[in-house]
Amino acid sequence: MTDDRGAGRRSSTATLAQARDDARGRADTAVEAMPYLPPASSPYAPADVDPSTLVWAETVAGPGYTHMTVARGTRIRLEDVTGDACAHVVVLSALNPGERLNVADTQKIPWQAYLGAGHPLLSGDGRVLATVVADAAGGRHDAFCGVTTLAGNVERYGAGAAHTATAAGRELLLLAAAKEGLTARDIPPSVSFFKGVRVAADGSLEWTGDGGAGATVDLVAEMPLTLLVANAAHPLDPAEGYRTGPLRVHGWAAAASSPSDPWWTATPERTRAYLNTDQHLLARGIR
Amino acid sequence: MTVTWATHEAAYFDRSTPYVPGAAVLDHEIAPREGWSGVVRAGHVLTLVDVGGNQSGDCLIYDAADHDVRYSAQATLVAQRHAYLVDGSVLRSNEGDPLMTIVGNEVDRQDTIGGACSKESNTLRYGHHTLFHHACRENFLLEGARHGLGPRDLVSNINWFMNVPVEADGTLGIVDGMSAPGKRVALRAERDVLVVISNCPQVNNPCNDFNPTPLRVIVTDPAVEA
Ligand SMILES: [Zn+2]
Repeated sequence: MTDDRGAGRRSSTATLAQARDDARGRADTAVEAMPYLPPASSPYAPADVDPSTLVWAETVAGPGYTHMTVARGTRIRLEDVTGDACAHVVVLSALNPGERLNVADTQKIPWQAYLGAGHPLLSGDGRVLATVVADAAGGRHDAFCGVTTLAGNVERYGAGAAHTATAAGRELLLLAAAKEGLTARDIPPSVSFFKGVRVAADGSLEWTGDGGAGATVDLVAEMPLTLLVANAAHPLDPAEGYRTGPLRVHGWAAAASSPSDPWWTATPERTRAYLNTDQHLLARGIR
Repeated sequence: MTVTWATHEAAYFDRSTPYVPGAAVLDHEIAPREGWSGVVRAGHVLTLVDVGGNQSGDCLIYDAADHDVRYSAQATLVAQRHAYLVDGSVLRSNEGDPLMTIVGNEVDRQDTIGGACSKESNTLRYGHHTLFHHACRENFLLEGARHGLGPRDLVSNINWFMNVPVEADGTLGIVDGMSAPGKRVALRAERDVLVVISNCPQVNNPCNDFNPTPLRVIVTDPAVEA
């Protein structure tokens, strides 16, 4: 958990004037995990991105969560700053949250269980919510395991509530959902970036570790999109203690996938998924 | 054109018997392509019989008293650190606690990765001409609606008697089943649960051997003699 060095009693707050001065004096404290506003002012703006196009910039505490509703064509880069973060992500259509990430279809439709560059994040409605357009984390991702639970973290670490240093991923997703007007019903199985799991020949789930400090993954929103992100230890992380680190998020105005992108035509199933998505938006007048 | 399928009887059908003895609470045959839902009380055992062999039974489970607590394929796989369901597997909720336990299983392994078929995903997998084929998601939505459930309540499900191998490079998919007429899986309810089953109508992949056949649902109470 990030230590806020500005917190605690610093001066007298006996009068309203003193209390107001004290409160105002707390601003401009820079900590590791915080949003950068306006986004163009991010001290960590990606080198390959025009800062004036940024629409979202923050560092999410570990453990912590964030959420955002973004326009179609927004490109989102997640970065595992220290190699210890794990981004558990749920995406939902901002047009209709009943259309949301379907992990089974995300694995079954491409005939591929492991997430990597070009992998579509599919809804249960035969459309692409977002595409993993770049992977600089060596494929260290997972779509089998989801998030930890309150009871599970109490058992393993002694605590799992959202405000504790060993927060359960599900508790964080519940809060992220609530802030977007959603409830427990709206949290389907999730995908996890920066921590890898593989299925061994005998069916057992094997831990493959992290993608290293500075690993990134880029997603493109293929429709108006709500993202729920919990930065919390992966349920199969073998580390003895609760492993977490800061998660950096940058979003910028870019372009939704098009037929000129290699992943559009990578398989016939994906092509039809993009066609379904484009028609869905075309009918609504969304370009 | 809407694809229909004739309900039929065949000499090779085997309706088997309850896996666990006890007083019969329910005995229902889910016709090919149809859905079923019902509450199974804590301690009762649901036996699902693959009457015609290699017939996928797509299954969702909810806490009968709180539908927000529902089956989680991910919590189930994490707890057992294994990608397939086998005898003894505990079917867990999104909070990680047990909903049902597999107390009998007569096929090598059961699937919970492959998800349900839908009209929409059929268009991706087989082409847009399959949009009007009936699908499990339709059965889930209609059975769910009887209990106040909708699209927001559909999650990764279990596919009884379906075979979804994962290869070393991550390739996965539905292949020929390992079941046979009369094979069973038996589930003990660890609390009162709402069970929703779609007798899968899919005719574009081998999950039903391209031939939808009946499933028999039997619920017994082991605490009461038959
Ligand atoms: Zn089906």
